[in-house]
Amino acid sequence: MEDDVLQSAEVWRAAGRGVALATVVETWGSAPRPVGSQLAIDETGHFAGSVSGGCVEGEVVTQAMDVIADGKPRTLEFGVADETAWRVGLSCGGRIRIFVEKVA
Amino acid sequence: MDLQNLRALNAERQARRAALVMTDTASGAQQLVKAADVALHPQAEALEAFFRSGKSGPLEVDGQMRFVTVHNPPVRLVLIGAVHISQALAPMAAIAGLDVTVIDPRTAFASPERFPHVQVLAEWPDEALARQKLDAHTGVALLTHDPKIDDPALIAALRADCFYIGALGSRKTHAARRARMTAQGFDEAALARIHAPIGLDIGAVSPPEIAAAILGEIILALRKKPLRAEAAS
Repeated sequence: MEDDVLQSAEVWRAAGRGVALATVVETWGSAPRPVGSQLAIDETGHFAGSVSGGCVEGEVVTQAMDVIADGKPRTLEFGVADETAWRVGLSCGGRIRIFVEKVA
Repeated sequence: MDLQNLRALNAERQARRAALVMTDTASGAQQLVKAADVALHPQAEALEAFFRSGKSGPLEVDGQMRFVTVHNPPVRLVLIGAVHISQALAPMAAIAGLDVTVIDPRTAFASPERFPHVQVLAEWPDEALARQKLDAHTGVALLTHDPKIDDPALIAALRADCFYIGALGSRKTHAARRARMTAQGFDEAALARIHAPIGLDIGAVSPPEIAAAILGEIILALRKKPLRAEAAS
């Protein structure tokens, strides 16, 4: 079976851990993962799935900690034009928007 | 997403039933819609289109943007023959996200020990496929070399319009297979859909290499053009 993102999210949450779910909601240009791709993150930084080819997962995991802490959903945007791009940009030149929500 | 919705969604996915989640990305408010219930939904027409395409994306509802995540059941791969090639192909295909079933009436071959983590049916293909219907979202690889086992599955696959049909065997074996299928009433267009010799021509020799060649051919059939059912709709 494929690395199952939503199953991991359910198991982690049922075990009492704080969990967030990230979903690619928009892409422009050559994005590494299509719209609808998901990443599950737990409060200790474990994650399953992917929202890019590994380019921005680190930053999404960091932001997910805030979402788990305050419960408020956030929409993140990554791309070469961003201020943050130098740090966590997409080398492919695409841009992506990622919705991050808490599994409550 | 609340845990109750997540549990319900995972239950649908495990049962191979389609479902979608509609999210207001500003507030985080969500609605889970099961495929069986979509006809009663106020946005039934738009949501049915999401199920058909299988692609997640935005949807405008009463002037407000929602994001729809579609969870269609994974594409299925049926391997006829619990043989050495299948032992390599089954886990490779599962890693690629395909839902794998191995069918072989020979119980010494079709054992869970030889095929951990995938469904194994020690039955004749016509019996097994009467219960687990083939469809356009299913690929079939015939790997036994034995017409008694392969042919009933091939007939079922041709009738069901499977997106991929591959058959192991030399050109001579395949010529004999074509003659048997012609006798069954299949025309040239139907026979042309059988990939034989099976697998992309990458010079594969060992069973795992042949498995890689077959998986490549399956992915080519799946991704290089829309599924037949989608093209027709």
